[in-house]
Amino acid sequence: MHEMGIALQIVDIATASIPPNLGDVRVAKVNLKVGKLAAVVPDSLRFCFSVATKDTPLDGAELVIEELPVLARCKECSTQWTITNPVFQCQTCNSGSLEILSGRELDIESIEIAEEDKNDSG
Amino acid sequence: MILDNTAKGQKYYHHKDFPHNHHSHADDSASAISVQKSGTREIKVVRRVLDVNEKMAEENRKLFAENGVFVLNVMSSPGSGKTTTLEKTLAKILPEYKSAVIVGDICTTHDADRLAISGAPVVQINTDEFGGDCHLAAHVIDKAAGGLDLADIDLLIVENVGNLVCPAEFDIGEDSRVVILSVTEGEDKPAKYPLMFRECEAALLNKIDLLPYLDYDKDKAVEYIHQVHPDMPVFEISARTEEGFEPWIEWLHKKIKEKIG
Repeated sequence: MHEMGIALQIVDIATASIPPNLGDVRVAKVNLKVGKLAAVVPDSLRFCFSVATKDTPLDGAELVIEELPVLARCKECSTQWTITNPVFQCQTCNSGSLEILSGRELDIESIEIAEEDKNDSG
Repeated sequence: MILDNTAKGQKYYHHKDFPHNHHSHADDSASAISVQKSGTREIKVVRRVLDVNEKMAEENRKLFAENGVFVLNVMSSPGSGKTTTLEKTLAKILPEYKSAVIVGDICTTHDADRLAISGAPVVQINTDEFGGDCHLAAHVIDKAAGGLDLADIDLLIVENVGNLVCPAEFDIGEDSRVVILSVTEGEDKPAKYPLMFRECEAALLNKIDLLPYLDYDKDKAVEYIHQVHPDMPVFEISARTEEGFEPWIEWLHKKIKEKIG
């Protein structure tokens, strides 16, 4: 539901990440990592991103979303597994004391700058 | 910023009037640049999208600690009885701890009007009149806290926007988060909104006075909560009859004492 706010934040961070010495360039791609536990719907985010990028150096850029599984490790017996159902309990020893290793991400990994094609952006 | 006095000791303003904490990080961008097969140049960024909110939340947390304020973030779906629960909670906690409330709603000041009757200072935040944000973010809490005399407050309750999805994602600088669900909702709410139930420290299962009239399986609901968050304290309450409030108030007292003594 807050995908637009997130899209605007992505545009801000990506724009600020363009090295100043590159001048007037166009961002072709933003590579994003989204954990399955993050309260973000990738399709909604892509739609919001396409709107949020209008009239910015990211206009027409592709938002590449890598979805990361929810990976847990039991603090008692060190079993490591991927959580696919909303059951946060160790399958080996039933302990509920676990560490979430991945799944909460909402990170911009990188941006990709288009080469010499800044005039044909859409 | 629009600031109206709509009730005694209560302030009301619109979230959209607050500046967002957009900032420039061009200095950080001297990171690795590599040429991709597609002919684009890749520039490493590696930043959390919500890091601006997270930094603001840390600043809030520091401010609250300096002023000896315990901050409780209360979240739930709409209609689960948050405001009634907080009205009754305030009545029981106010004699011992000076309390204030920040109320987030998309629109109207109805909840703030109700909570202001307790005598506690109440700040209403409207995220927007027609739509608006689905959660309270850290910078909104920072502004709202500016309207309160923090040095004179022991407990600050934040009644978040009724929503089980987005508020779970936004740290506001609170000490503890609790979630309220009610027996008029599905038993499987915790399984449908796991992040919320993972992120909260305790759950209040409200409206238990209605159980005789419903087909609700309370044990099943508690089982779902514990699947998502094993060992999570669950307080079965009725905000209407005040049944079951004692253990909840005791828990809250303990949490406040742990922080402010």
